[in-house]
Order: sequence, then C-alpha cells, then structure tokens
Amino acid sequence: MRPFGYAAPATVDQAVGLLEAEGSEALAGGTDLLSLLKDDVERVDRLVALRGVPGLSGIELDGGMLRVGAMTTLQELRDHDGAIAALPALAVAIDGVASPQLRAMGTVGGDLLQRPRCWYYRRGFGLLALAADGRSMVTDGDNRYHAIFPEGEARFVNPSSLAPLLVALGAEAVVHGPAGERRLPVEALYRAPQAAGERENTLAPGELLVGVEANVEGSRSAVYEVRQRRALDWPLMAAAVSLAGSGPRTERARIVLGHAGPVPHVATAAGDVLSGQELTPETVAAAADAAVEGARPMSGNRYKVQLARTAVRRALGRAAGMEI
Amino acid sequence: MADYSWPEADRRALIGSRPARLDGPVKSTGFAKYPSDQNPSGLLAAKILTCPHAHARIVGIDTSAAEALPGVRVVHVIQGEGSEIQWAGDEVAAVAAVTEEVARDAVRAIRVDYEVLAHFVTEEDRDGAPDARAAGERAEGDPDAAFATAHRTVERTLGMPQMAHMCLEPHGQVCSWDGDELEVHASTQAVSTLAGQFATELGIPASQVRIRTEYMGGGFGSKFSPDRWGIVGAELARKAGAPVKLFLERDQEVTVAGSRPSAFARIRAAADEQGRLVAWDSDSWGSGGLPGTGQTPLPYVFSRLPNRRLRHTSVPTNLAGSRAWRAPNHPQACFLTMAVLDDLAHELGLDPIDFLDRNLDLTGRPDTYREQLAIAGEMASWKERWQPRGRTREGAVHRGLGVSVHTWGGRGHSSNCDVTVHPDGAVEARIGSQDIGTGTRTIVAQVLAETFGLELHQVRVSLGDNVYPQSGPSGGSSTVGGVTASTRRAAQDALREVLVHVAPRLEAEPEQLVAAGGRVFVDGEASRGMSWREAAAQIGGAPISVQGRNPGPGRLISSGVGGVQIAEVEVDIETGVVHVERMIAVQDCGLIINRRLAESQVYGGLIMGVGYALYEEWIPDPVTGRLLNADMEFYKLAGLVDVGSLEVHMMTGPGYDERGVIGLGEPPVISPGAAISNAVANAIGVRVPYLPLTPDRVLDALAGRGGPA
Repeated sequence: MRPFGYAAPATVDQAVGLLEAEGSEALAGGTDLLSLLKDDVERVDRLVALRGVPGLSGIELDGGMLRVGAMTTLQELRDHDGAIAALPALAVAIDGVASPQLRAMGTVGGDLLQRPRCWYYRRGFGLLALAADGRSMVTDGDNRYHAIFPEGEARFVNPSSLAPLLVALGAEAVVHGPAGERRLPVEALYRAPQAAGERENTLAPGELLVGVEANVEGSRSAVYEVRQRRALDWPLMAAAVSLAGSGPRTERARIVLGHAGPVPHVATAAGDVLSGQELTPETVAAAADAAVEGARPMSGNRYKVQLARTAVRRALGRAAGMEI
Repeated sequence: MADYSWPEADRRALIGSRPARLDGPVKSTGFAKYPSDQNPSGLLAAKILTCPHAHARIVGIDTSAAEALPGVRVVHVIQGEGSEIQWAGDEVAAVAAVTEEVARDAVRAIRVDYEVLAHFVTEEDRDGAPDARAAGERAEGDPDAAFATAHRTVERTLGMPQMAHMCLEPHGQVCSWDGDELEVHASTQAVSTLAGQFATELGIPASQVRIRTEYMGGGFGSKFSPDRWGIVGAELARKAGAPVKLFLERDQEVTVAGSRPSAFARIRAAADEQGRLVAWDSDSWGSGGLPGTGQTPLPYVFSRLPNRRLRHTSVPTNLAGSRAWRAPNHPQACFLTMAVLDDLAHELGLDPIDFLDRNLDLTGRPDTYREQLAIAGEMASWKERWQPRGRTREGAVHRGLGVSVHTWGGRGHSSNCDVTVHPDGAVEARIGSQDIGTGTRTIVAQVLAETFGLELHQVRVSLGDNVYPQSGPSGGSSTVGGVTASTRRAAQDALREVLVHVAPRLEAEPEQLVAAGGRVFVDGEASRGMSWREAAAQIGGAPISVQGRNPGPGRLISSGVGGVQIAEVEVDIETGVVHVERMIAVQDCGLIINRRLAESQVYGGLIMGVGYALYEEWIPDPVTGRLLNADMEFYKLAGLVDVGSLEVHMMTGPGYDERGVIGLGEPPVISPGAAISNAVANAIGVRVPYLPLTPDRVLDALAGRGGPA
C-alpha cells in the first residue's frame, strides 16, 4: 500500500482546512475507500478521518424536516423509528445494502459519495475507461451493468442507495467549505465527468458534505430495486418516486432512476405524465414508458431498459399503495 | 484369508448414524489452524506479480526498484525476457518480504515491458476462434434415417460458460526449510502425492518433503498439485533462509487457480410416437482456457440412445487452463442433455417424469432411477402440482417445476491406514488422507470405533500428514470408499489379534468373540466377557499395529450411483429474476457411514448448483482479455437466502447398503443446472438456452431473442 498521511481533525473547520490540500480525501466508514487504496485504484496523500469530528452524526426530525448528519451510519438511520415512520421508503433503500457489516460501518455521506463500481474503473482504467486510441472500453467490452443513460463519455452508473430517494424528495445537501456553508439539491452533488481525472461529484477542494435535509411531511414515496440476488448484491436497477398532492390526483411526481446513469437519473418526462393525473395502471404504464425515453442502451444492457420500466411501475405502485 | 465386511444392519452402532463432525467445534470457534493460518517464527510474506495482458511477450523486466525497497528479502523472476504469456494473470515474478504490504509494494515496483499480442477469450463465438480444433465425428446406428422417420424432433443451441472454483481459502502454502528438508503446510486435496511433485521440481529426494494439511478451506478439484506458486514459495523460502507464506490474492484465485470448462452445443433429438428416444445429433464445443476442452459425455445418462452422431470442437482461449471441477464434465453434459429431453417432452405433450420413465432402459440403472423418480415426484407432489409450461402464474411471478437425473462412479481410491491398539485400550488410526471439508476425519473415526465397539470419542484419528501411510488424493468422490475400506481392514485385523489374546481368558475361540458396547464378549452370551480396557491389557506390553489397504479383499466398496433432483422456481417475467424456492434431491451412494455428513454433501452440492445455475460465470473482457469479475462482488455466489428450501432423501437399506461404500461428493452437484433450467422453462414457457439464468438472458428468451451463438 502506498504510504499516505492520516489526519484526525477535531472540528468541521479543521477538516475543511485539511481537505483543501490537494491529494486529501475524506474518510468516513472506509468500507470502500480503503479497498480502493489497497488495490491501487486511487491514491491519496492524506486521509482526513471524520469519525472523531463532533456534529457530523445524528438524526433530527423536526416537524416534517428530516435532518441526517453525513457520518450517521446506515444502521443508525435504519434504527431510527421516527425517520422510518415518516419515510418508510428509507427502510427499503437501506435494506438494499444487504450486509449488516456495511450498514454498521457505512455512512449516509459515504453512501451518497461512494465511487462507482464500474469494473473498468476498478481495474485501473479510469472512470471513463477510454483506451489509448480514445475508444470506450465500456462500449467495446462488457457493459451489462453499465448506464442506459450515458452522458458523453461517462458510462458508469451512480451506485448510491439513498440518492434516488433523496433526489425524488427534493432533499438538500448541506456542504461546508472554506467559504462557509452552502446548500444544494442532492442531485447537484453529482456530475458526469468528461475528462480523465475529473470526479463524479461537484464538491470543490476543501468542501465537505455534512448532512442532508428533506421535507418528508405528507410525502408518498417509494423505492423499488431490482436485485438479482436476495443476498448482498448491487441493484441492477432502482427507481424512487415521490408523489405530492392530496386526494386521488397527483399534483407533482418526481421519478428518479438509480444504477441507470452516471448521475441519479431524474425522469422529468415520467413525472410530467403523472402531473394532475390519478394513478391508474394506464397512467403508471405511461409514466414507466416515459421514464426510459431517450435511453441509449449499449451492446449488453438492453435488458436494463425493461428493468427501469418495471422498477418505476412497481415503485409507483408502492407509493400509491396499489398492486400494479 | 480373513473376512472383511461391514456389520449387519442390526449390529451397527455408529455406521449409518448421524454424529456431528468431530472438528466442527474447532472450526466454528476458529481454533482450527488452516494452512493459511500457520505463522512460524521469522515468517516472510510473498506476493506474485501477474501479467495484465491476455497474450503478450515480455520484452524487458527490471526488478531493481523492488530489490531496493526496505523489507524486501528475495525477488524471484518466474518468466523472464522473451517469455510468451498466454493468459492474463499468469505469474511473472514473486517477492518475499517482511510483511504482506511490503511484498505488495515490491511487486508493484517491478517494471515489465510487454509486447501485447492478439487475444481471444470469447469461445461461444466458435467461428471467430483463431485456433478451434475439430475432434472429428463419432456415429452409431443411422441417425439420419431415424430423424427422417421420427414423430417429434427438437433442435436447440445451448451453453454454459467457464466459471471459477472460488475456494474460500485461496491456493497457497507456507514453506519452511530445515537444512535441506522442506516442510509445507499446503491447502491441498493430495497430501500423499504432493511431496514427490515438490521434490522433483526442487531437486531434492521426496523423503525430505513433509506435507501437512490438518484442515483446508475448499478445493472442489482445483488443489491436486503444488502449482507454480508452490514451487516458487519453496524457492523463495530457500533463498531467504526463512519460512515463506504465499497464498494467492482473491483476484488471482479467481483468475488462475481453477475454472470449469464451458460447454456449448447445437443438439437435435427425436422421439417416436410412444415417446421413446430414437435419435441424437450433437455438435458441441467449449473451452477450458488455453488447452481447449474435450467432449462431454453426450447424451448424458441415456447413453444407450440408438442412432447418434457426435461432433466436438475444442476451442482454446487466452485464459488460464481449467481444472477438475466437482464432477468434471458431468454438470455440462447433464444440462445439455436434460434441457433437450425436457424440450422434447414438451413437444410430445408429455410430463417430463413420464417421458424420462419411458426411456429408462436407455440408462445404466433403470430400476434405481424409476424408484428415485417416484420418491422425488412424491416429495414434490409432482402429480398434483406439475402443469404444462407457462400455466402457473400469479401476476408477474410464474412458478415452475423441473427434473433431472445424473450418475457418477465414486469407487474408493488406493488407501493405506495404520491402526494401533495400545495395551491401555487406546485405539488410533493414522492415514495419509486429508479432510477437505467433507468429514473424512469423522468417518474414519466412526469405522474405527464401530469395529472396536467403542464410542467415537474413545478413538483417535490422525490424518493430513504425508508421514502417515499413503492414501489417495481426494478427487472423483473416491475418498470415502478408500479410507473406510483401508481403516476397516486394519481395524478388523487388529481386533482379531486382540481377540486371540483375550479368547483363553474367556475360555472361548477368538471367532466366537465380539467387541461391542465397550466390551469384548462371547457372541450371544454377554455375561462371558470383559471391558475393552481389560481386553486390551491382554495383548502384553507392546501395542498392536496393523496396516489395512485398499483395494483389498472383501466387499467393502463398489461404484456407480444414480440421483434425481427436482427444482421449483419462481420467475418474475417483468424483471427476469429467478429465485429457487425448493430443491429436492434423491441420491444413492451405497452404504452410508454418516447420515448427517452424507446429507451435508448433498446440501453443499445443491447450494453450489444453485450458484452455477443462477449466478456464477467467468466474465472475460473482449477488450483486455482480463476477467472483469475476478472478485466476490460481480462473481456472484449464492447466499443463504438465495438457495431456497433444500430437501434430501438418501437411498438406504436393502438394495443399497449391501453395495458397500460409494463416493458422494460429486453426484449431487450435477443436476441442479439442468433441473433449475427445466423449472424455468416450465414456469415461463420458453427455454432460456444459457446458464447462468441471469435476468438479461431470461428477458431475452421471453422476448424471443438471443441465446449463445
């Protein structure tokens, strides 16, 4: 393992200061970053350990506002009766991380900012996996688990379990940086890199995700993951939906796909289909079809389009409490 | 000549019972020290540098930076300049250093320049293979005429890819030299034969090589030789003058340490109006990496099928060579055959169990299969629940039942066992076998205790060391027959010697005496006897030591078994996800020594079977030629929640017990792929032509698309 420094800041400001230096990387649960270092996929000059930083962990439910600190473990969130009662879909998303060890060690921030699982990236070919001649190894190679909504040269999928739901809810990320605090929609944490060395998130040097906030009042939301194994496995596709409106009609629907593109894929057209509509098998099917509009599957992942359609239908069914 | 036999059913105290494995407690508490747990003092850690290219020539290698790293003791070039590398993951150099971390850093510091050459890793594309080798054609009868007059014919192209052994304990060993004597703690299936292989490579007499394998973490057919890393580990230890531990990293384990050959085939099969098989034509191909692979035994089980033509093509790929994988060639042959027969039954409008039953005279053991099909059918409530394809559904979830039959040999291998009776009554066996997780230690103890009329805890078994008498490698399900036969012969001989000393005290002839319940007494007169301890004291001051051998006289073992399995699945037709709800296995293996361990072998076979039916495959990258899933993340194994309910019925009693002991490790893993594939076809109405049954393949089949080639 390449040598690296290890810093254990005592405050958020200290952490931010340490993270400003090039080559510094925040260490949360360590369930993935340490493996990336051991495998020499990523290199760091210094790890900034967040575990000892006070104030980064905790769950607050204040009226309809749910605030979760970035260092809260997935299991702590899963065990928080209030949060789960207010947002049952959270339980589905967390249980999808089907390993007690990962739930115990992994954090909310770590889940949101974990690195992609693309097997070319994991074998040292970079996030974009471009061959020396500029051709995409993903396109020419085996892409069964890759994006059906690629963006430019980015063909990996965002692996976060929580992001689709949080994006569907319109949750905000709270970020501390050298210039203080800023808030941004969770989807704005992500971007599709287009050049070697670019990251898949939008945090600037020195910026630290400290928590997320979501209004969960009266929301009808759901998550559906298609997973091949019931034991520990990545979803092949995930859909999160959030429906707003009282009465039978949906005023506003947000539909987000996970494991579909390099960023959580907001299926705007699908949400629009449902706006002002009652949920019926017909409107749901129309939304599912709209959710995969513009999908550009590759040689080996055409099946994921069908999975996306199914996941959207089933997530909508769950959110509406109906069999679809 | 002395008579060797198993006790009659009413005289068995331990044989056929269900004792827990003797090493269960030490294994489950972590006290058992596996070869990879051995940490002798002064131990160095070794790591191997592998080639990242599937086909390349080494044009330069520079180890100076590695040698200069603090903590590095030895750098050893395995394949130097000019070597042609034929698969990604092949070993190039090795380093021994003070810690694993330093060894990894040093490996990374070695600079190798490669000339990258063209590779081929996608053997389902037979026509694209640069080096495919047709093995010619074999024909019997008149297949063309038989097809021309047949009532129904099906034609299918089917396949299953190469997959890994995925031993939980990777391949490797700890090597320690004492002068010119080598001790190897090896994770091996071949304790008695490994020494000679190490010796030849290292240029020392085999008598100076000690092999020890008290426990080991899985082999499945992939751990019969020292392998290159074994010899390199010994060389590093010799050069360093210190013990060296060299176990493969997980990606190396998956990539180079064991794979099962792929099998693809275009098959035609035909039946007459009575549903009798009349013709077979198969054109098969597959790869076991660079060496290609041979023909699987087609048509499987129904080998007396008349009018058949077989062609086969061996397809070399730039992947590491395959190794024996639990029941070599059988799971492939079973899937290819049983899937086609199941499709033919569907074409004929027959219940597949009925169809198999009508053709059992084409098999080697019709009576066994008939009985097993009836039992398995009853366990599954087949008659009440089976419906023709595609008829059982609740919304998106379709349910299906599938059946398959299989066979295996399993004759006991050559084995020698020393049994010693001490004057204080202690009884021990020493045998150069290995317990690869199957329970060998326990069954040897059972045979020993049974023979002397003692309890299991009163005997001692030592194995896993080549200083003990030679016993065969654990392959081909040959161990249980070999070790129980050699142990029984030795134990019966040793007991007879004891009885000769005891008989005068009891005023009886030795032949009248029996050992049972911790006593030796005149058969039929339990009061004319003495405790075992007293009896043993009659032998005088020196212990009695006897060696038993297998093969040998007496009908203790035989070979040839049949099995039937039924799978019940749920298929979500909107996601293509298959879940195995239930597996039923009916299996014969002659006389069962330990019911619990026998059932455990079947459970293990079913679990491994669900794995290769639904999840497991090598995924070689057409671009780089490297495996993309040489890990435990995308090389998916079945988890406990994935295997469904497993129900095992062992055939025992008259008709089975008198056959003697027959091996069991392999047969139960043969049918799951076929049975599960057939259940999926029953559930969704179409054949998914390819294993594993992943969602993409299931959806493709439902959409009328695809399949291999």
